[in-house]
Amino acid sequence: MMYGFHWDLANSFAFALSILPILGIGLVVTIKATILGFIVALVVGLVLALLRRSRSRLVAWPTAALIEFIRDTPLLVQLYFLYFVLPNYGVVLPAFLTGTIALGIQYSAYTSEVYRAGLEAVARGQWEASAALNLSRARVYRDIVIPQAIPRIVPALGNYLVSMLKDTPLLATVTVVEMLNLAQTIGDRTFRYLVPLSLVGLIFLLLSLLCTYGIRRVEAAMPKTGIQMR
Amino acid sequence: MEWTHYLAPMLVGARVTMEITLASTLLGGVAAFLAGIGRAAGGPVVSRISIVYIEIFRGTSLLVQLFWLYYALPLVGPSFTPVQTGIVGLGLNIGAYGAEVVRGAILAVPRGQYEAAVALNLSRAHTLWRIVLPQAVIEMMPSLGNLVVQNLKDSALVSMIGLADLTFRAQAIRNLSLASTPVYTVALLLYFAMALVLMGLMRGLERWLRRRAALPRYASP
Repeated sequence: MMYGFHWDLANSFAFALSILPILGIGLVVTIKATILGFIVALVVGLVLALLRRSRSRLVAWPTAALIEFIRDTPLLVQLYFLYFVLPNYGVVLPAFLTGTIALGIQYSAYTSEVYRAGLEAVARGQWEASAALNLSRARVYRDIVIPQAIPRIVPALGNYLVSMLKDTPLLATVTVVEMLNLAQTIGDRTFRYLVPLSLVGLIFLLLSLLCTYGIRRVEAAMPKTGIQMR
Repeated sequence: MEWTHYLAPMLVGARVTMEITLASTLLGGVAAFLAGIGRAAGGPVVSRISIVYIEIFRGTSLLVQLFWLYYALPLVGPSFTPVQTGIVGLGLNIGAYGAEVVRGAILAVPRGQYEAAVALNLSRAHTLWRIVLPQAVIEMMPSLGNLVVQNLKDSALVSMIGLADLTFRAQAIRNLSLASTPVYTVALLLYFAMALVLMGLMRGLERWLRRRAALPRYASP
């Protein structure tokens, strides 16, 4: 029994059905971690992208190196780093928060590249025309560049949302009780691993197919020329 | 500082990580080409099998796949050692991502190339092997390079099934010494160094392929 739900060991199907509510509790944690982590990735990624585009090399180059470092080292080790090293410096966070921050930081390296590619894909002539019209830098970004960059950025960000969803089981390693963690615990207690682990795989498959479908719809709905900001 | 103190045992782990990464990348490469070609150019049965393989491994979490192979599969099928599970799990996972890259590159070969091959009365296999793949391989190199680094990073997950790789050793040393900062910093730097080496190798391979493609080639029967 877990969380008040009894499991039914009569046969595999009954077992799967009886542990579904328990995995559902983990699923909520998985989805929360994905959404929170994605928000961190969107915000930190934007900051990194803007620093990367800075005109000062003293800012742009170290940022580029940092992005490369975050991108080329494993999320699991970054997670351990935050979880075990931060408390040495007086920063003690709950495991869930540490996990979502680690997820968000790893993916901020990817999202910063998405922002950068999106901004750079806006045709040079658009910048030149804005300069010719003597628009301020803020107006160029708000009215010309960002509206045209968004249709390119959104689908790419969606793909990272799906990968992030699939990376959330790593949070189990720092004691966050999510779906995979629960499946493992159910297996430990019943000595039946096949059903819980297969079920978790199936749920992930359904979720990511669903997300991919959603992203395709959003992509198709995006106006190709750009979106109106005001 | 005792930083260098931890380096020697972690280098042993780094070697294991490198070996696992290379072995699973090779396996993944084979899987990627089989499934990618199967999906892009295979018959209805082959292409459906490829799609199922690709969707299952891309649609689920790598850690779930590793746990499934390690804990669940032995209950209904063969059981493997952690090393075998790690190599097979990582290889099949990265192979599914690679298959999409292979497929994309094959479909990106200009139509005229296919039409010319038909005009020359080349067989399907001959067209694929002699015309399409040599051009497609060069185009897929940058994406495959990213996947190799991705695979190196993913290999850290095999520590979760008891394989003594770099992450596993870092964790063990930390548990003994409680020196979190030096241990994890060294681990991150070692992974970064390995990633840079792999990226350099993949760029070298791409350059070599491009040079080779530029050389005049003489028709062989």
